[in-house]
Amino acid sequence: MTSSFLRTFRIVFSAIVLICFLLVFIDFRYRIPEEYINVLVWLQFIPSLLKFIDLGTIAAGGFIAVIILTLLTGRSYCSFLCPLGIGQDLFSRVGGSFRKKFRRYGYKRPHTVIRYSLLAITLIVSIVWGIYLLTLLDPYSIFGRFTSYFIKPGMMLLNNLAAGILSRFDNYTLHHVNIKGWQLISYSVPAAFLILIGTLSFVKGRLYCNMICPVGTLLGLISKVSIFRVKFDEEKCTRCGRCAIVCKSSCIDFLKQDIDYSRCVDCFNCIRICPDKALSYGLVRIGGHKVHETDKTRRKVIAGAILGLAGYGSMAKAQEKTPIPQNATTVREEKTCPVAPPGAGSIEEFNKLCTACSLCITQCPNQVLVPAIMQYGLAGIMQPVMDFHKSFCTFNCTRCTEICPTNALKPLELEAKKLTQLGKVYFIKDNCIVKTEKTACGACSEACPTKAVYMVPYEGNLLIPETNVDICIGCGHCEYACPTVPYKAIYVDGNLVHVAAEKPVIKEAEISAPEEFPF
Amino acid sequence: MKRREFLRKSAGAGIVTGAAISLGGYNKVWGASTQSNKYDVVAVMGGNPDAMFDLGIQELGGMGTFIKKGQKVLIKPNIGWDVIPDLAANTNPLLVRRIIEHCIRAGAKDVYVFDHTCDNWVNTYRNSGIERAAKAAGARVLPGNTENYYQQIEIPGGVKLKRAKVHQLLLETDVWINVPILKDHNSTRMTACLKNTMGLVWDRGWWHANDLHQCIADYALYEKKPVLNVIDCYNVMVKNGPKGVSKEDVVQMKSQILTTDWVAGDAAAARMLGLEPEKIDYIPIAHKTGLGNMKLESLSIQRIKM
Repeated sequence: MTSSFLRTFRIVFSAIVLICFLLVFIDFRYRIPEEYINVLVWLQFIPSLLKFIDLGTIAAGGFIAVIILTLLTGRSYCSFLCPLGIGQDLFSRVGGSFRKKFRRYGYKRPHTVIRYSLLAITLIVSIVWGIYLLTLLDPYSIFGRFTSYFIKPGMMLLNNLAAGILSRFDNYTLHHVNIKGWQLISYSVPAAFLILIGTLSFVKGRLYCNMICPVGTLLGLISKVSIFRVKFDEEKCTRCGRCAIVCKSSCIDFLKQDIDYSRCVDCFNCIRICPDKALSYGLVRIGGHKVHETDKTRRKVIAGAILGLAGYGSMAKAQEKTPIPQNATTVREEKTCPVAPPGAGSIEEFNKLCTACSLCITQCPNQVLVPAIMQYGLAGIMQPVMDFHKSFCTFNCTRCTEICPTNALKPLELEAKKLTQLGKVYFIKDNCIVKTEKTACGACSEACPTKAVYMVPYEGNLLIPETNVDICIGCGHCEYACPTVPYKAIYVDGNLVHVAAEKPVIKEAEISAPEEFPF
Repeated sequence: MKRREFLRKSAGAGIVTGAAISLGGYNKVWGASTQSNKYDVVAVMGGNPDAMFDLGIQELGGMGTFIKKGQKVLIKPNIGWDVIPDLAANTNPLLVRRIIEHCIRAGAKDVYVFDHTCDNWVNTYRNSGIERAAKAAGARVLPGNTENYYQQIEIPGGVKLKRAKVHQLLLETDVWINVPILKDHNSTRMTACLKNTMGLVWDRGWWHANDLHQCIADYALYEKKPVLNVIDCYNVMVKNGPKGVSKEDVVQMKSQILTTDWVAGDAAAARMLGLEPEKIDYIPIAHKTGLGNMKLESLSIQRIKM
């Protein structure tokens, strides 16, 4: 195949994929059905691999399809399916258009030591210690975080502006959405990666993919033996070098008429540009492979940059805005354990599987999920955790459990979710309005979906909350609704392992319908 | 309520109305009469929510008594909770629909519906059945989920609640109709007319933290009062309110209370739950403040059984 159609096909296909991913991660009106999301993320390499390891079923093996695809076609995954890769292509294009003349990539030697060391370290750390590095480096998760941390709030802001303007004209097709920011430090890791990957792609094309990305490196190894490849017709080639200039992976050594297949991402730019039709994509010739030498330049600089990333922790911690307390509560909530999202089961197991792609965070209709800072420890950084001061878990909702691509959150039937205890309720009487102010409140009990928080007679005509932890599911609505500051009078302490709550005891009503008007 | 059931009940309501029109003439159903209110409270029992409203509003002189042609009308039901209509945590959608239809027939320019929900508002609007019913009747259903929609108002004379942020719809519409559902309430013991105003304001938590009963009564001082209160007592949550846990919390009372005096309405509603109005602190506070009359025996009440 020599047709330039390949490049056009790649651009159109990847644009559709990118738009789909953007929609899923920006979807602040929660309109995209769970099934569509599952189809989209099924082929994402790392999530699918983790899900496969956890479940052991072929149905979860989208990554096997990716390996087969790579064996057949080379690293087309990186150009066609990886949202981070596609996003970088977009960045490169923008970066190229800023140049006075057209951009020249040119052939560069591979960063062999760096990329294979990173792959090896990621693998070893993931197997021995945990998925900490994978969380940081999985391209899908990086993309998810970029979109949900930075692009989504921007789009919400635009939505609110548009909604505001439309409402002046008595048009309410758009509505305001709450933009609930997180603590500033939550943004540090994604911001560092945004700067790193953004800059690299802006000036160097696919350097990140060919130097740091462990998925890229792994697929690069596989694609060395792929069946379909971009190849030179040595007869036709005039060594004009245009192919090397447009190669985002800088992997074409046109003088030697050689392509480094471990780095080629099947973008087909070279095929399109070649005036002599010397480049084509097709079945590989046997025995045509050449050996590459390692590159020893710039390693120190890049290693330094990677080390620098580790310094993100020193960023200042943002203070949450708290209203001025009217009658400040005095007893601190003693939370011993974070509340993990439904479907997490055991927090330990959950931490082992979650790559912090933030799909659940961005798709949570109640915005109760926030990226963890140190709630789960360093290894669980950016993984979703419930923040009941911000919101609460909707009783009738299982969305996060249905869309998790790594199976860190296991699917829960609605009826099972309604009986899954994420944490237990604790009531601090000394903080309660009813005791401190001697006035009625009951905001907690009002909100409780199982009446694990109920009211009992107190002084005079007053009623005060009491709790029944056996039927509490830890949804956090009581904690969210409790109006006391700075400490709540009622809170949920997470369960290390989620357990089944007891069903509320259902009693018949004691009051019957009046036959005559009682007034 | 399932869609099929809803459609069936709507059809039933249609037949009842159709029959009423053919028997009693158009004016009696849509209430074009201009007579002034003979009654302080009209209580209806024994019919479907929409049919009971048809009768009740007719006794009060028709919807034309309360709204004028070309006015913008706000209907404020209780849409607080993400539950289905059968669990009776939210106002009956059939009733909301019927009231909107009456407003439009009476010449309302626009009819709006909203509530500041407690549960996730998208789910709540949908699962309560109110969004669909209101839109079907020709109303516009707007959100109240963010603070942008709320504007500061002053409440002169408020003891605790001296200012509040209310939804802009309340300020932009000409009149509003209060359509609460009667329920048990864990803390105030009962919720109906006065307590339904908590869905008009942004910072409900403040009320809870600063003497809930006094705040509820204080809000009723605000100058923009409802022209009509319709208390839905068709399905009544008699325990585990205001959200409820199961259908065992609900008793079918097949009743409705219509009144321009929301203190009287709440007093009558309390009796439906077997409670003495004096025990619901905000009712005597509102009564003493002169916001209405809780002494039911001194009121003219029209009681109708269908």
